[in-house]
Amino acid sequence: MNMTRQTADPASARPVSPAIIEVDGINKVYAGDVVALKDIHLEFNRGELTSLLGPSGCGKTTLLKIIAGLLEPNSGEVRVNGQPVSGPGRERAFVFQDFALMPWATVLRNAAFGLEVQGMAKAEREDRARHYISEVGLEGFEEKYPHELSGGMRQRVGLARALAVDADVLMMDEPFSAVDEQTRRKFQEDLIRLREIEKKTFILVTHSIEEAVYLSDRIVMLSPRPGRVSQIVTPKIDRHGDPEAIRRNTEYLDLIDEIWANLKGYVE
Amino acid sequence: MEVYGYRLPKAAALLVWILLWEIVGQYELLLLFPPFSEVILALPQVLGTASFLEAGRITLVSYLTGLGLAIVVGVALGLFMGLVKRADQVVNMWVNIFLSAPLSALVPVIMILFGMGVPTVIVTVFMFAVWIIALDTRAGVLHTSPSLMEMATSFGASRWQRLRIILLSALPEILAGIRLGVIRGVKGVVIGQLLVSIIGVGALFSLYSQNFLMTHFWALILILFFFALGLAELVDRLEARVEYYAGSRT
Repeated sequence: MNMTRQTADPASARPVSPAIIEVDGINKVYAGDVVALKDIHLEFNRGELTSLLGPSGCGKTTLLKIIAGLLEPNSGEVRVNGQPVSGPGRERAFVFQDFALMPWATVLRNAAFGLEVQGMAKAEREDRARHYISEVGLEGFEEKYPHELSGGMRQRVGLARALAVDADVLMMDEPFSAVDEQTRRKFQEDLIRLREIEKKTFILVTHSIEEAVYLSDRIVMLSPRPGRVSQIVTPKIDRHGDPEAIRRNTEYLDLIDEIWANLKGYVE
Repeated sequence: MEVYGYRLPKAAALLVWILLWEIVGQYELLLLFPPFSEVILALPQVLGTASFLEAGRITLVSYLTGLGLAIVVGVALGLFMGLVKRADQVVNMWVNIFLSAPLSALVPVIMILFGMGVPTVIVTVFMFAVWIIALDTRAGVLHTSPSLMEMATSFGASRWQRLRIILLSALPEILAGIRLGVIRGVKGVVIGQLLVSIIGVGALFSLYSQNFLMTHFWALILILFFFALGLAELVDRLEARVEYYAGSRT
């Protein structure tokens, strides 16, 4: 089965479960008594793209930031490769909603930032950053500054920066919400192509049903106040071939309707 | 402004006042105002005297020392205020009081503490410049994008690397503070020397006014004017370059 294939992972001699990230009994209460997350149990499988989907206020970004180690849960545990973690780590990389680029640094330096803080030598980290800059389609923009780029291009820099550190898990917090519709579609198609090259685990936070169905192997739906898992869907959509064809796939269209019918109740 | 299709530089507005000054001077309407042309002619005389060179040297040394101290302490204090909330609550009020207080009134106290010499002038320059630098640095630090800091944390940046990011992202505000500090520092150096009045340009001012050398007096004022404006212009250029890179802070 595919378990035998995954023991090839050099990081582990111990038995490997298909889950690279386990979220166990997470509770998060914000100042006052706003319950953001209540008793969340989830597993994220190696090599899959999982979406966290839900209306605003359902705690999906909070959950992602807890997994990333950027927020502390009030109780519960996050395990990466079976090990409990309590902070950011090299096996996880984050793509930010507002890009979070350093405005004083070039595209190249921004993309190499993760490697720079790891202490990699300049020539080596710039080589790797160049490789990922061209992989996300920004070749020729290495010496530009963020404010010279469009929103979509800035997010590509954010993606290149996250890819460059070669983490196992890529976490994306509504990565396409700050770019325009056309750019978003192109970006989504590129992400499907990118997944074929980079065998990584993706966790994507989104409020767009179409986006979740279009991209995900698994969709975790969260309901608001308090944020908890309401349903998990696994779309069976063939994503080989033309990425445009997916948008006309009946499976794709039906699932969008089904999820919308489900979520409608939470939207006032 | 355009006159008959010619673009006039902003400084052209000064010409009107200079003309007025010249008229007042020529007709000896006010004793204090010698004609502007005579003041201009006195410029090389003032610049050439040994006493001016000595005064200029002392002024420059005490100005630069005081300003340097103010930048170092101001940026450090502002960083501290921006980063440590508790400290900010304690210090902020005092910094604001010193910023708006009539510092000239403090100079006699400084004189008692530091004597009738260069140290007093240095401390005066420092006191004039440091508070605005601290407050602007604080504003810049508080303005740092939270998601940029989250980004640094998520990639595992050390405390120093994060501090560097905070400093770089606060740089536009820090430079704005330094520009204001540069201008306030010139006030400080002049007021300090006037009150001490036995060294630097302060001594020259006393000398000229006591001997009623009004042309020399005004020439010296012009020199100080251009000195302050020139410095501010210099920092302005630096700021423009930094703004260019910081153009898209979100």
